[in-house]
Amino acid sequence: MLTFAPLGLPRDKMTVFRHAAGLAAGLAIAGLALEPAAAQTLTMGVGAPVTSIDPHYHQLSPNTAVAEMIFSALTETDSRARITPDLAESWRPVSDTVWEFKLRQGVTFHNGSPFTAEDVAFTFERVPKVPNSPSSYAIYTRPITRVEIVDSYTLRLHTASPYPLMPTDLASVMILDRETHANATTEGFNAGPMAVGTGPFRMVSHRNGDRIEFERNDNYFGPRPAWSRVTYRMITNDAARTAALLAGDVDVIDQVPTSDLAKLRGDQRLTLAETTGLRVIFLSFDHVRDDASPFVTDNDGKPIPRNPLRDPRVRRALSTAIDRNAITERVMESAALPAGQFLPEGSFGYVPGLNPPRFDTEAAKRLLAEAGFPGGFRITLHGPNDRYPNDARIIQAIGQMWTRAGVRTAVEAQPWTTFVGRAARQELSAFLIGWGTSSGEASNPLRNLTATFDREKGYGASNRGRYSNPEADRILEQAMRELDDAKREALLQQATRLAMEDVGIVPLHIQKNAWAMRRGFAMEARADELTRAQDVRPAAAR
Amino acid sequence: MTAFLLRRLIQAAAVVLVMSLLVFLGVFAVGDPIEILISPEADQFERERAVKALGLDLPLWQQYLVFLGNALRGDLGRSFVFNEPALKLILERMPATLELAIGATVAALIIGLPLGLYAGLKPNSPVSKGIMATSILGFSLPTFWVGLMLIMVFAVQLGWLPSTGRGETVTILGMRWSFLTRDGIAHLIMPALNLALFKISLVIRLTRAGVRETMLMDYVKFARAKGLSPARVTFVHVFKNILIPVVTVVGLEFGGTIAFSVVTESVFAWPGMGKLIIDSINVLDRPVMVAYLMMIVLLFITINLVVDITYSLLDPRVRLEGKQ
Repeated sequence: MLTFAPLGLPRDKMTVFRHAAGLAAGLAIAGLALEPAAAQTLTMGVGAPVTSIDPHYHQLSPNTAVAEMIFSALTETDSRARITPDLAESWRPVSDTVWEFKLRQGVTFHNGSPFTAEDVAFTFERVPKVPNSPSSYAIYTRPITRVEIVDSYTLRLHTASPYPLMPTDLASVMILDRETHANATTEGFNAGPMAVGTGPFRMVSHRNGDRIEFERNDNYFGPRPAWSRVTYRMITNDAARTAALLAGDVDVIDQVPTSDLAKLRGDQRLTLAETTGLRVIFLSFDHVRDDASPFVTDNDGKPIPRNPLRDPRVRRALSTAIDRNAITERVMESAALPAGQFLPEGSFGYVPGLNPPRFDTEAAKRLLAEAGFPGGFRITLHGPNDRYPNDARIIQAIGQMWTRAGVRTAVEAQPWTTFVGRAARQELSAFLIGWGTSSGEASNPLRNLTATFDREKGYGASNRGRYSNPEADRILEQAMRELDDAKREALLQQATRLAMEDVGIVPLHIQKNAWAMRRGFAMEARADELTRAQDVRPAAAR
Repeated sequence: MTAFLLRRLIQAAAVVLVMSLLVFLGVFAVGDPIEILISPEADQFERERAVKALGLDLPLWQQYLVFLGNALRGDLGRSFVFNEPALKLILERMPATLELAIGATVAALIIGLPLGLYAGLKPNSPVSKGIMATSILGFSLPTFWVGLMLIMVFAVQLGWLPSTGRGETVTILGMRWSFLTRDGIAHLIMPALNLALFKISLVIRLTRAGVRETMLMDYVKFARAKGLSPARVTFVHVFKNILIPVVTVVGLEFGGTIAFSVVTESVFAWPGMGKLIIDSINVLDRPVMVAYLMMIVLLFITINLVVDITYSLLDPRVRLEGKQ
């Protein structure tokens, strides 16, 4: 610690200087603006309720967004889901099974407690121990077999086998303070006293399911947020959220309904922030059964002894029969891009040139005939009706397209709570579902969606159709041991291509994320759908 | 009266027990909470851990017995989502729903009674016909649509009232109430009115029917023949008698208002119990769903009891029956 003492003084001076500069700038702005008090406050209306302030209790996007306002992780993802430094300044693998992280110095928690490597070690111990967690963050810390504290600001993480995703995974693990949080409970976080982090905002109050109030953390190590106070309101009803924005009760809303986009775009009082997201909507098929699939029959309604969906030609026919442009332009009102793979262009592992098949009903009919179904068959396409934008309307559109290609399709949309259980129990033949790749890199969907279901390896846990492609599995496993980014990306591209060319799943489109705000506000739209106050700033004066 | 109360309490206990079983089975049948709650990125190992942590690995009957045992000790379980006692979550939200329901009921009486009285006393005037026609709208317009229209007109177009949410609160008896602040009242007006709409129409129609019926009674005729002022006839003799059906229905409706304010609460982002329950259903937070439904069962039983007692206070005939 002694070695850092001389550094302390200039840093304090820096802080003082920054404060002075900030104050001067604030005064200058106050002098110009008409409403200096209002200019510093921000009210946000979000569509999904935050369920916990404990950053290690329940993995859920709204919780992550709020956690990233109060806390910091070692790494962070930027608006395009690329990994950037946060509490760690740099990291590198020092051997095949050891990652070294250099930590940022001079960071303090909201209560003044200094941040050191000890706190990181403490955090990794706490994560798997949070009681009653319905969705633990332990999946990100489990690969770490040992935490070695080299010095207060250097950390070595040992793993059993090479683990290239360490910096990616750690972006999800918010760092807590050993002193403050030694006996912290989830209730303690929700009530407020434990909501102490190193993030850009301090939590002032929290009313469960209603609103959270924040104030700026003036000691934040990163860019100074534009807002001294932030109110984060949960308005789950889409129409009410839009109305709250139009009434001026909130400054920014997220999850703008696609049907309102055109209207809001034309409103002079508002501006929009939009970006291509990371959520792919796709169809999944029954790959489990070689014999009759539960919702597939011949044209007379009798079960077909062999499951047509096991034939890649049938799957390709069904994919070819879908007019993706019609869905994205009309059903989604241009709030989506047609997709032929998991991720949008520019992501790690995106395969250039792997486009969705060209819509061609005749080609689909030919493929079906080749596969031995010249007259087609009957199928029921399932999907949720309350989960993704326009989900029920999308499966209706696909039902019509398939029927035109000779596969007479019935459509059944159900509430997510009922639907997802059936899909997970392999009770369905074909269904629509979505996947948000929050990490923004291709190993995530490959491991979870198309890898063979394997309890030991922990792969394919969300592979609800139980697709299996041993060749793609082999390449994926190779990629998961490859620490070299370029080589790993090439392997992931290869595995993606194999799964897509075999039509393991049928990607339909990638959603765009949209936020609407009052004129005078600007926002950096995030690919991972998170709504955070530090991404909003006053629009540059024109 | 004591025997009556005792009998009612035993009945209530039986109803609660049967309901707990029905609720438990019903909630169990909806779906698997793990699929909803767990991060899709969780692997098989993590899923199994979560199933165990939430006690979902036990067979259903065992889960039920565990629940029943805890419930007898006053513990209705911990929310899967919030990791807090379900009862605490519900009670925290209760003041918001209560003030909304009370506000709606008061509005229904203040608006509904005079209008109904007028329509009953002057059934043929065009104003009465207008009142009755409008009350049909109150019955038939869907709450969520009216709610959104209220927001569009009074918040978006006119900017008179805040669009959504609950206003400033003050803490009394450890609970947060918003009806005592100016900001709180401003936030309360629209949702309370929206929730009251159906009830206003109901009160108008009940009052009008009651008045028309009572006006033909012999004792009213006698009172008028005796030369009592019309005001005294209306407000003492008629009014008292029409209150009985109104109190019954409004009382029963009050339970319904609390239990099913879901739509209004979600349109106005009102942080009450209805919003909690709908959010809990969406994520299959079983302990909260069960605790909420049990609370509502208790509430209805209590309200019925209170209505019975109020009856006996308003109507001497009921009191006399009890004494015989």
